[in-house]
Amino acid sequence: MCVQDLGRPGFMAFGLSQGGAADRLALIEGAALLDQDVGLGALEMAGAGGTFAFSHDGRIALTGAPMRALLDGRPLAWNASHGVGAGQRLELGGALKGVFAYLHLGGGIATPPVLGSRSCHLVAGLGEVLAAGAELPLGEDPKPGETGWRLQSVADRFSGGLVRVLPSAQTGLFGAAQIERFQSVTFTRAQRGNRQGVQLTCDGAPFAVAGQLRILSESMVPGDIQMTGEGRPFVLLPECQTTGGYPRIANVIPGDLPIVAQAAPGARLRFRFVSLERALAADQSPRQLWARLRRARVPLVRDPHDIADLLAYQLISGVTAGADHADEGCSEGEEDER
Amino acid sequence: MNDIPGAPHPPPDPSSSGPSSSGPSPADPHPDPPHAAPPPGSLAYPHLRAIGLTGVLVDFSATLDEASNRAALAFRHMLETESWPGVEETATSLTSVFVRFDPAHVSHARMKQALQQALARRDWYSAPFPAGRRLWSVPAVFGGEHGPQLAEAAALAGLDEQAAIDELAARRTRVLTLGFAPGQPYLGELPRHWDLPRQDTLTARVPAGALVVAIRQLVLFSFASPTGWRHIAQTAFRNFRPQGDTPFVLHPGDELRFVPVSPETLANIRARDQSGNGGATSVPVP
Repeated sequence: MCVQDLGRPGFMAFGLSQGGAADRLALIEGAALLDQDVGLGALEMAGAGGTFAFSHDGRIALTGAPMRALLDGRPLAWNASHGVGAGQRLELGGALKGVFAYLHLGGGIATPPVLGSRSCHLVAGLGEVLAAGAELPLGEDPKPGETGWRLQSVADRFSGGLVRVLPSAQTGLFGAAQIERFQSVTFTRAQRGNRQGVQLTCDGAPFAVAGQLRILSESMVPGDIQMTGEGRPFVLLPECQTTGGYPRIANVIPGDLPIVAQAAPGARLRFRFVSLERALAADQSPRQLWARLRRARVPLVRDPHDIADLLAYQLISGVTAGADHADEGCSEGEEDER
Repeated sequence: MNDIPGAPHPPPDPSSSGPSSSGPSPADPHPDPPHAAPPPGSLAYPHLRAIGLTGVLVDFSATLDEASNRAALAFRHMLETESWPGVEETATSLTSVFVRFDPAHVSHARMKQALQQALARRDWYSAPFPAGRRLWSVPAVFGGEHGPQLAEAAALAGLDEQAAIDELAARRTRVLTLGFAPGQPYLGELPRHWDLPRQDTLTARVPAGALVVAIRQLVLFSFASPTGWRHIAQTAFRNFRPQGDTPFVLHPGDELRFVPVSPETLANIRARDQSGNGGATSVPVP
C-alpha cells in the first residue's frame, strides 16, 4: 500500500508521468464523503488490506475495491465515512472484487509533498510502499466530527465491463477490420499488471499494424492501449512511462480508466469507440466530480448495535439486531458492495 | 523510451502491494535505427494526430534526424514561450511534440487549427535550437570495472578501446529526449559506426550514473537498471534530484561531453561533491 493523490502533472517533458491514484474516481469519492479538498493524500491498497491503529480521534472514508472492514471488530459500511476514536483498530480484509481500495483520513495524509504531490511513484523512486509499523501524519481536519455519510449509487467498476475509447496515435494504421474486431472481442485481464498498466489477453490472431511497422518512440499517456510485440493489448495506467514505441490502437476515456484499473485478473473487458462529443459529455474534472458526489451523499443508517437508545430511532423494516452489516436494510435496490 | 520489443514492464500481480521491482523495466530503452522506411500510408510531415481526449501529437518525422529533433525542440519552445490558453503541458520526444490541453477550454478543432497555423508560420526544420541550452562536462571513468563492456562496444564500432574513448570524449552529444526514467537523457547522434545492436540478453543491472551505448546513442542512467545497451563508462552525475532545487538537471537540447578521469578521481569526486553533479560543470552552449 502507498500514499496517493491526484499526482504530479507537468513533468512529461522530463520523463516523469503524472502518476496519482490508480482509480481516481475512488480518490474523489473519499474526498466528497469527508467533505474535504479533492487533492489530499489517501492510502491506496492494491488487493490486500491491513490493520490500522488510530492515535487520535478522527474520521475515515472507505472507497474503491470493496473490502471487509471492521472497526474494533464491528463491521463498517464501504463507500461511507465513519468516526474513529483514539486507540481503535481498523481491519481491512482483501479486496472482495476489484483491485485498488482506498482509506481516506480526515485532513488527509500529510506526508511531505515532493514535486507538488504526495503520490508514491515507484518507477520514479518517489515515495515508498508502506511497511508494517509505518506511521502516517495527518493534516488538520476541516470538518472534524462530520461522519456518517455514504454514497448512494457507486459506479460498479470492479468487475470489468464495457470501456469507451477514442482514437490514439496509431489507430488509423490498424485498418477497419482490426478496429472492428477490437470492438467485438472480449478481452481478459491477465495476471500481469500494476500501477503502470495491465496486460490483456484475447482469443484469435494478434493485433498488428501493417508491415510490422517500427515506430519511433513518442509520447504516450495513461489510457493508451498499446499492442505489444505479441499483439496483445497493454493498457497504460497513471504510472506509465512517458514515451514508447508500440503502436497504440485506442485511448480509454478518462472516466472509464478506473474500470481498467479495477479489473482483477480474469475480469472481462470490451472496448467501444465513441465520438469525441460523447467522450466530452462524459468528462468531468476532479472538482466537478467531487461537487456532484458531495451533493449525492446520503446519511448512513447506523447499526442498531451502535444506538444506545433504540426507541429513539425508527427502525427500517428488515433490520434486526442480528444484522452484521452496518448498512444492511437501507439500500434501495442498490448492489451490496460486499 | 522503449521501442517495439521489450517495453512494458513485466509487472507483478497487483495483489502484492504494488510493483515490487523498484527500478525501471528491463525493457531496453529505445528508439529505432535511424533512416528506417517511413510507415506505409503515412501522412506528410509535419502532421497532427489526436491522442485520446486531451492530447495532440505534432509529429515532424518517422525517423530520427537532427533537423526533425531540432524542429520538435523549437516548436515546443514556441508553445512554452507563447503559453496558449487551454494548453496544460507540452513535451518533446525524439521527433515530435506532445500537447496536452483542456478540451473544456479549447475544442479539439480549434487546437488543431491553431497548431496547423503555427506549423505554417515557418519551416521548422530550419529553425534554430532554442536559446538557453547548457553544455555539461561530465567526468567519466571509461572501461575497466566502471565500464565493463567498453572493449566489446569499441570492437563492434571497429575501434580499439583508446580510440573509442578518444572519439567519445572529443564529441559533444545532444539530449535528444528525456525518458524511461525521470530526467534520463538519450544522447546523440553518434557517427554511423556506433550503430551498435542491443545485446541479445539484458545486463541484469548497471548502476545509477552508468553510461551505455547502442544505436548511435548514449544513455546516462538515472537509476540502477537492467539494460540491453552496453555499459562503457561510469559517472557520478545524478539526472534526477527530487529533493533538490533543480529536480531535473538536463533539458532536451542540452549538450554533454564526457571527460575521461581515473577511478581514483571519480572516488574523490564522490567523496566531496554531494550536489549530484558528480564533478560536472556547465556553461551556455557555445
